[in-house]
Amino acid sequence: MFDFYFEIPLVIRLFLQGLAVIMVIFPIAGACSMAERKVAAWIQDRPGPNRAVVPWVAWIPFLGTFLQRLGIFHVMADGGKMLFKEDSLPGHVNKFYFVLAPIVAMIPALTTVVVVPFGAYLDAAGKIIPVGLAPLDVGILAVFAVSSLGVYSMILAGWASNSKYPFLGSVRASAQLISYELSMALSVLPVFLWVNAPGMEATMGFGRVVEFQSQPGFLGGMWFGFLMPLSAFIFFVALFAETNRQPFDTVESESDLVGSFHTEYGAFKWGLFFVAEYSHMIVGSGVFMLLFGGGWNPLPWVPLADLVGWLAQITPLASHPLFVGVLSISIFLGKVLAMIFLFMWVRWTLPRFRYDQVMKIGWQRLLPLSIANLLFYAIAIAFIQK
Amino acid sequence: MAVITVERKPLTFLERTYLPQIAGGLKTTLKHLVAPKKTLEYPEQRPAIPTGYRGVPTLVMDPNGREKCVSCQLCEFVCPPKAIRITPGEIPADQPDRAHVEKGPKAFDIDMLRCIYCGLCQEVCPEEAIFLQNQFSMSGYSREEMVNHKDRLYELGGTLPDAHFKWDKKKAAEEHGNAH
Amino acid sequence: MIATAKPDLVTVNIDGKEIAVPKGTNVIEAARLVNVDVPHYCYHPKLTIVGNCRMCLIEMGMPAVDPATKAPIMDPATGKQKINWIPRPQIGCGTNVSPGLHVRTTTPMVKDAREGVMEFLLINHPLDCPICDQAGECKLQEQATGYGRGYSRFIEDKNVKPKRTQLGPRVTLDDERCILCSRCIRFSKEIAKDDVLGFVDRGSYSTLTCFPGKKLENNYSLNTVDICPVGALTSTDFRFKMRVWFLKQTNAIDTESSVGANTVVWSREGTIYRITPRRNDEVNDTWMADSGRVLFKAVQAPDRLSAVKINGTDSAFDIAINAAAELFKANAGAVAVVGSGRSTVEEQFLTKQLATALKASTHLVSRVGEGDKLLVSADRNPNVRGALVTGLISTLPGVKLVDLGAQIDAGKVKVVVTVGEDLAAAGLNAGQLAKISLIVLGTHAKSMDGGAKVVIPTLTAFEKSGTFVNQQFRIQKFLKAVPPMAGATDDLIVLAKLVGAAGGATIPTEVNALWKTIAAAVPALATTTFANLPETGQLLDATPFSALPFVEGETLHYKPAQPVVAAANA
Repeated sequence: MFDFYFEIPLVIRLFLQGLAVIMVIFPIAGACSMAERKVAAWIQDRPGPNRAVVPWVAWIPFLGTFLQRLGIFHVMADGGKMLFKEDSLPGHVNKFYFVLAPIVAMIPALTTVVVVPFGAYLDAAGKIIPVGLAPLDVGILAVFAVSSLGVYSMILAGWASNSKYPFLGSVRASAQLISYELSMALSVLPVFLWVNAPGMEATMGFGRVVEFQSQPGFLGGMWFGFLMPLSAFIFFVALFAETNRQPFDTVESESDLVGSFHTEYGAFKWGLFFVAEYSHMIVGSGVFMLLFGGGWNPLPWVPLADLVGWLAQITPLASHPLFVGVLSISIFLGKVLAMIFLFMWVRWTLPRFRYDQVMKIGWQRLLPLSIANLLFYAIAIAFIQK
Repeated sequence: MAVITVERKPLTFLERTYLPQIAGGLKTTLKHLVAPKKTLEYPEQRPAIPTGYRGVPTLVMDPNGREKCVSCQLCEFVCPPKAIRITPGEIPADQPDRAHVEKGPKAFDIDMLRCIYCGLCQEVCPEEAIFLQNQFSMSGYSREEMVNHKDRLYELGGTLPDAHFKWDKKKAAEEHGNAH
Repeated sequence: MIATAKPDLVTVNIDGKEIAVPKGTNVIEAARLVNVDVPHYCYHPKLTIVGNCRMCLIEMGMPAVDPATKAPIMDPATGKQKINWIPRPQIGCGTNVSPGLHVRTTTPMVKDAREGVMEFLLINHPLDCPICDQAGECKLQEQATGYGRGYSRFIEDKNVKPKRTQLGPRVTLDDERCILCSRCIRFSKEIAKDDVLGFVDRGSYSTLTCFPGKKLENNYSLNTVDICPVGALTSTDFRFKMRVWFLKQTNAIDTESSVGANTVVWSREGTIYRITPRRNDEVNDTWMADSGRVLFKAVQAPDRLSAVKINGTDSAFDIAINAAAELFKANAGAVAVVGSGRSTVEEQFLTKQLATALKASTHLVSRVGEGDKLLVSADRNPNVRGALVTGLISTLPGVKLVDLGAQIDAGKVKVVVTVGEDLAAAGLNAGQLAKISLIVLGTHAKSMDGGAKVVIPTLTAFEKSGTFVNQQFRIQKFLKAVPPMAGATDDLIVLAKLVGAAGGATIPTEVNALWKTIAAAVPALATTTFANLPETGQLLDATPFSALPFVEGETLHYKPAQPVVAAANA
């Protein structure tokens, strides 16, 4: 029924798919900034933003009011404001790099999505096929490689701003990202050692990781978060640091650095930095869920295939690839959003670490821990898979 | 002075990882996430004004609707930020119920951009004519708009009960008193 | 002045402090010398003593002597002579010092006496301080803080007396506030020599009033307001205008005549509200004429000049100076300067410099009126003697500008600079004015301004500092009370610029700096500086001018050296 789609030339198809993903990520990132305000307000016993409303929505009884109270129209209001604000360019900045920086911020944020599968469907043979823009075998390597480029935008912004606080902020950003990237990379290695079992085709892709968490049996259905809790923990902490989230947001600590690398930015360029940050969070959360949270599997020991099987008993329509795709994407997205909520919850709970503490945690605690963790699992996996 | 040495207990391993504390913090914030909201949604919901609240200074009239201020200018004198400006004037003889007061303000301006709501004007007023009442929100589009003139001050102040009727008593004494 | 013979001194002891005071001093004045304040209402240093307020009650005693031997009786406890204290308090104002007099002002008896007097004074007082103009400078208020009860034990009805009575054109009376001190009555009788006030009725019904058919309308009536210790007599002009505690006091000189009465100008934020006399026992005691108290109204008069004009059109100051310079250049040798007896010494000095630089003849406008033998003299110019001292003129000015008129008629004068004088009023006729190019420095619009080449607005005496030399050749300074009106320029700056335009030297225009130049140039003022000029003024040597026929008759503290010449106004 959707065959016509597959008759479209591949380039256009991929373009459409990419566009679709961006059209989803971008608003979600924007909505996250709204959700952030709302979560902050709730945690602080406030109602939060609840004023903006589109007139004809306000006319809908109950729902209109509910949406208004939820503050979702503030996303539009904020976005519109950012878009139509005067985009001032300070006189003392290096204009080319200054304008380039927010663009550079967006590129890795959106590029990493390419390799992250965000759902799955069952093919005719009942085999789970991951849905993604480009399910590459390099998977995690591509994510690490490209997402690290994000720091260049901060360095560019800080340097081009030609102002001391942005510059200090960007220096902090580069140091922090390098510090935590090591632990992050080391923490995921056990997962890939496990999924690249002897006799299998080697891969760094995410499809196999999720597949391994969807196997039958106690150990097979166990998500890696339970199997390798320390790895998950290290990845989780490093993820906070990599995305510059509280308590690791020394880069943006307004008390000592004003607004850090975006001090001199305003209007839409400023907004782009934030969309990039939330995109990083979304992708990072997605990677975490794929590696340690069972991907699109609804529950531990309940793989997607089982769920589809049960639903198919109710209605045969449930086994339709389209339905499975939407179901899996929804499950995955739900997990990612839960993860983002966790980010926010932590942000409005914990105070910021001092910069030296950040460095100390990164190099003296997390890195040795991740090396020990790697050694332990390497030896353990060697024994088990011998 | 006795010195009490308090032993500083070394942190346990768990404490040094911060993790139990972080978990405790998350628990606390989660409670607040679902707790009822403590703030007021201001323009629609107004706070309850406690008695003795010092809002915008206003001029009040006595229960007979007469101006109480006699423009003694003590409030102008005591006003720390010099927000009050009074032009005194004589009450014309054609106001039979007020002419015996002799003096009243020709103009009475309070610059609300200067006012610090200290209430000294109310405290110093010998005629109980100026009160800081419940109005707390003053806004305007220009500096001039933020100056409360006499009319506005009386509009804001309204009428308050009077325990003394000082000038009425004076007039009664003048008419029926110990005259020679 | 001739040094008075040293008076006999009497040593008295006030609150334990010994002081030698001239014989005849009363206890209030003696106590003032040792900084002991004896409260009083009816006593006034320049009026006779009646002792009717009883506020100045003090305890008094004399050293004890043995009645038989006249030997001092010693107090064995202290080893000093015993003091026989009078068992009842005495009034301080009516008691003159005598040798060995001991006075105590801080004892419980004195305090009780004062509190008793205060309570009685306040029994019928209306306590309407909020609407009373005297509030802030009211003796009753002041003493009530020291000796008042804070509440009244008087539960009966207060007396009702006339309120808002117009005693005269300038004085309003509120009889309820009157404490019957009789200062105003004594002033009218003794100083103003216009006996119009008196008390009628008795006891607590006593009321101040004018004698039937009379009004308090002499030219000194407002002094009764000044000396009234309470708010009974108030100035109709100042009534309900401003509270006195807002007013800034600036020492000034009355410019209405050559008496040079010392005054205080009371102003707030650039607006003058009233003028009161300032005590100077050598000039005006504590009085001044009513006519001098309204002079401040000229500052904000509607006919004040506020724009520099050239040929009747608005211009700028520098352009006007340039225009004057061109006039000077084009008419070199044909310039006359009309100075003013109303200008300050400094301005007259600069006017003289201007005349010297222009090689111009100088003229002064005479103003002669009738002296009232008190504080308004016949010469209504406050500073003719300043012009003599600075050399602006060497003889007294004639009644009309006859010389100048003749010079104009003869074509010898083509440009006239007038410093604040109205030439038409001073005697030049329209034909003469039409012949000359006029440069006017002035404060108010005048009849000939329309035809003037250059008009530069200058300042009134309230907007600048300076000095006047009064009829006694006493140089007295006054200070700037209010900021200059926008558009007007200090006379000194204008004159100094004109001197520059005439090719003269640069002269400082700040008063203190200018005085160095004046002291160097004028021998009579060689030792004088503006800053060090005493508040009471400084007498200059009058002998070089003793031959001049000054027009002043006798006034308070002034006797003419010459018999008064039958002046033209006689």
